[in-house]
Amino acid sequence: MITLATPVTEAAVRALKVGDEVAITGTLFTGRDAVHKYLHDGGQLPAGVSLRGGFLYHCGPVVIKDQQGNWRCVAAGPTTSIREEPYQWQIIRDLGLRGIIGKGGMGDKTLAACKDYGCVYLHAVGGAAQVLAECIHKVPNVYFMEQFGAPEAIWEFEVAGFPAVVTMDAHGNSLHKEVFAASQAELARNL
Amino acid sequence: MNVLSDSLLELIRRASAEIPDDVHRAILAALEREKQGTIAQSAMKIIERNIAMAKTKSQPICQDTGTIIFYVQCPAGFDQIGFEDAARGAVKLATVKGFLRQNSVDSLTGANDGTNVGPGSPVIHFHQQRSPEAEVRLVLKGGGCENVGAQYSLPNEKLKASRDLDGCRRAILDAVLQAQGKGCGPGILGVCIGGDRATGYEFSKEQFLRPLDDHNPNPELERLEQDILSTANKLGIGPMGFGGQTTLLATKIGVLNRLPASYFVSVSYMCWAYRRQGIALGSNGDIRKWLY
Repeated sequence: MITLATPVTEAAVRALKVGDEVAITGTLFTGRDAVHKYLHDGGQLPAGVSLRGGFLYHCGPVVIKDQQGNWRCVAAGPTTSIREEPYQWQIIRDLGLRGIIGKGGMGDKTLAACKDYGCVYLHAVGGAAQVLAECIHKVPNVYFMEQFGAPEAIWEFEVAGFPAVVTMDAHGNSLHKEVFAASQAELARNL
Repeated sequence: MNVLSDSLLELIRRASAEIPDDVHRAILAALEREKQGTIAQSAMKIIERNIAMAKTKSQPICQDTGTIIFYVQCPAGFDQIGFEDAARGAVKLATVKGFLRQNSVDSLTGANDGTNVGPGSPVIHFHQQRSPEAEVRLVLKGGGCENVGAQYSLPNEKLKASRDLDGCRRAILDAVLQAQGKGCGPGILGVCIGGDRATGYEFSKEQFLRPLDDHNPNPELERLEQDILSTANKLGIGPMGFGGQTTLLATKIGVLNRLPASYFVSVSYMCWAYRRQGIALGSNGDIRKWLY
């Protein structure tokens, strides 16, 4: 298990390879469909959100307010990342992201951007909303709540020991491409 | 809140937080099969821990609490309008309590009013039956697995799939290949052979009401179900698409008549976070018994 603390350096990210298990500590920002389209269309991140050296988590959490009025995250697994494929490369290039956390993997444009700009794709276990929510110790802020609704908002999470696996690295390798090719060949033998 | 609404709230809570026993057994068996020290085994361990935590904390297994689909078996004279009111009330309250995510979005404006109640949500299917009993089953189907569902129109030249069971097999296995880990595998397939585009998908989803360890009463379909399961598990897609032994936990196949011109194979994919529960209602809307 490799520990990554935000902000991470380009060198730390380039040292990672497909199959590495990591534990993330520090700040994560969520962003999914609405945020990606908004940024792609020229929208600006709100003051207080910086992705430079950080991680963007494809996640639409369940967050409720406790009796003291603080946000408490009760479920926070990853959402399917491939929907952001048209936009992700540009966000990596322009906003200095070092990691994307999601599920299901992404395509060639994102893989190329990971290589060109020093970024990795980290796969969290889809559906594991409780295990992952337990790693979120604080929810300091939420942005775009009114505009995009709770699942699509940018949530700021303070996390410790958040588990994920590198499935696309900064060297052009993708576990998703490997598994697809191998499974396609095996299926052909079984038809 | 009336008694029925309270019962439906508890049904939603339990469906969201507790995996049914038949699914849990299949997941434990899948965990055993993965090789020591692999990322597939790590993923299955996290899944197993997640199942236990969700139950203990009474919180959603997965944050995507999905499309809310009620299946109601009811006698003639059952108050369907009253049921719909009670279901909408229970859904709203379950959302406030965090058993359901604010998950229903206006498709044109993107607005999310945070209630989970609106056109098409929740989905309620009524089926009348002669028995005086009323039973309510609930499936919460996440968006990630819904997005990898697929419908094939046979013949399909690219897949060399003709209008026969071998063609159906080719189509179903193609759906497994295309889904990879994106639907949160290891998954469960619900399949309908036949029907039209709407009824085919609808009936494919109804297969998810079947316990995982049941057997198809039609021997040909039983063989096909077992064949799809064993072949899919040879493909090495594995949990989350990480590579590994278990790609599917089960396959359930149903059949509807079709038009001479049409031959659809509709495949719905259910994630490992298989949220399904059911209750038999007592005479005043109370929970008489749990069905899974």
